[in-house]
Formats: sequence, C-alpha cells, structure tokens
Amino acid sequence: MSANLKRTQWLAPAAVLLGFAAIAVVSARAEIPVAERRSGYADLAPDTKTMQDDDTANPGMLWVQDGEALWNARSGAADRACTDCHNDARATMAGVAARYPAFDSKLGRPIDLEQRINLCRTERQHAPAFAYESKELLSLSAFIAKQSRGEAIAPPADERLRPFFEAGREQFNRRQGQLNLSCGQCHDDNWGKRLAGSLIPQAHPTGYPLYRLEWQAVGSLQRRLRNCIVGMRAEPYDYGAPEYVSLELYLMWRARGLPIEAPAVRP
Amino acid sequence: MASALINVPKKAKRGEVVEIKTLISHIMETGFRHSTTGVPIPRDIITSFVCTYNNEEIFRAMLYPAIAANPFFSFTTVATESGTIEFMWQGDNGFLATASASIIVE
Repeated sequence: MSANLKRTQWLAPAAVLLGFAAIAVVSARAEIPVAERRSGYADLAPDTKTMQDDDTANPGMLWVQDGEALWNARSGAADRACTDCHNDARATMAGVAARYPAFDSKLGRPIDLEQRINLCRTERQHAPAFAYESKELLSLSAFIAKQSRGEAIAPPADERLRPFFEAGREQFNRRQGQLNLSCGQCHDDNWGKRLAGSLIPQAHPTGYPLYRLEWQAVGSLQRRLRNCIVGMRAEPYDYGAPEYVSLELYLMWRARGLPIEAPAVRP
Repeated sequence: MASALINVPKKAKRGEVVEIKTLISHIMETGFRHSTTGVPIPRDIITSFVCTYNNEEIFRAMLYPAIAANPFFSFTTVATESGTIEFMWQGDNGFLATASASIIVE
C-alpha cells in the first residue's frame, strides 16, 4: 500500500518538488515512511499482546530471570561477574540494546550485543565464550536488553559504521535464494498483506531476543534472520557472520525511534 | 535450571477473589518427535501441578504431551486468611519444582 503510493508519487509530474525525497527512494527502494512505521506488536492477537505486556505471563521473563543470575555470578579465570565492573544493570545497561550493533575499534568492525557479551567473557572474565543460541547467551542478552525497554532505538552516529550499514542495506535489497526474493520485497513493499496465513510484518527488530510461540523458546535476531533466509531458499550464514551484523545494523536504523520491547512475544 | 515466575497479590481483603498466575520453565518434550538422525526423543513433560493455600489444596492440574513448553496457569481463589500459597510441579525423569508466596489478608 505505502510502496504503491510512493511509486505513483515519483511518477507524477510534481516529482520535481519531491526531488530530494525521490532520489533517496530510488537509491534505497521504497523505504517505509517514518510515520507509517510500526512494531510487529501492533498486529499481534490480543492474547499475545497480553502475554507480552504481563511480566508474569511473558515466558521471556524466565530467560531474563536466569540472565540476572548470570549477571551476578562470578565466572572464568578472572573470577569476576558482570556486576563487578558494570554494577547495577538497571542503571548501567539502560539504553544499551537500543544502540547496538556498535563499532568495535579493536576488531575494526561492528559487533552486536551477543558478540559484546562474549567479548566481555573472553577478555574481561577470561572465560570461554557462550555458544550462539545457548541458554546462557540468550538469558544474558535478554536480561541486558530488558533494561532498555521503552527506550527509542537510536543507532550510533558513527562514521566508521557507514560502509557496514551500506552493506546491510544492499543485502536487504538484494534478491537471493531459489525464490529470488529480497527482504525488501516482503517487508518494504508488501507489509500488512499476508503470506499464506501469516501477516507480513515490517520487520523491525524491536524486541530481540524474543519469545516466539513457534519456537517455544527465546531466540536471537540472528536466528530469526536465518529463518527468513531459509524461507527464501538461500543458504544461511553461520551464526556470528559479519553479514548478519551488517543486516542488523541496517534493520536497527530502519527501526530508529521505535521503542525497545525486549523480551517481546511473537507468534 | 528450573525457574518459575509467580504472581500472587501481596495483600487482599477478606473474602476477595484473587488471581494467581504461575509460569514455569520446562521444555515439555512430547515424546512423539524424532531427532535429525531418526532417534525418538523420549518424553519429558510436567505431569502434575498442585497449588495449596495454608496446606489446603485449592487447585490441581494434570498435564499431557500436547501442552506447550513453559506452561502458564492462571486461576482464582477466595482470600480467606493470611498465610502461604505453595506450588509444586512434578514430571518425568523425577522433575520436581516448588515455589511459594505469602499473602496478607486484612
């Protein structure tokens, strides 16, 4: 709906007036106008909304609870807990999930929240990194992300992120897989319509890690991205691949301003 | 690790109907699935849930393989007197989890 509107706009003779906007649209397909952006929460069934809103009914809170225990538990050769450096997560971790992925100068590339946690594990705690999608990593990232609940997504204005951001945008708009689809064809052009029985969301990562009823567990954004990539019948990248981080970076920019809901509940 | 989330009102008026909500972490493996190599995955579910109010049973449920992971229960009771409300989940492979909450009735 929005995409069609936009197309007719720049086909119209008045396009000169919209010159700047049109250039932006051409270079980046039909991005969803800021005013029309909405979290997947808006389209949830009432039952699922209630489940997410009530912390004693939201199963994601089980992971948050475990994450809090991990936050306070000493680990590794350094025998240090997260709290020994970062103190009370409620104060120090507020807003952190809203600004990740962020640039890591040592690695020279952006890293997401899970990778940041594992860097702390290996470099500060001298403990082995948690495996992707392990209960521990999901719990700790759910606990940290929860501290940003309600904060607007605010990707860092860091020039060093620019090439990675552009790579993410390119990936989002690149056709791939046996079905020859790009992410944008569903999530920019056809959001709000249905793919079989399911509503196509705008794909804003507002609540990760989140509890998906289909998974019956909490999963990370990378797990969700793999789902989509497999759905396009393309080969998914390995967990932790820089391609995911670039894509996450673009998705967070696309969702800028929307509030963090972690841990969200989705069908 | 088995963790549970309990929601019981801290205070209630005598005779008031109060809502109790519980959520427990459990995989609820049905026993009907097979691994990628074709080996059946053994059943691992919670089979019963009991709630007692000052040692008097007020709610009991039997659980079966069709129930989703992390079972959630919500039920009501009449607040009669101050005391403790205790919860117990039992299941396959000797699974046992307990939790309790106190309520003040004025």
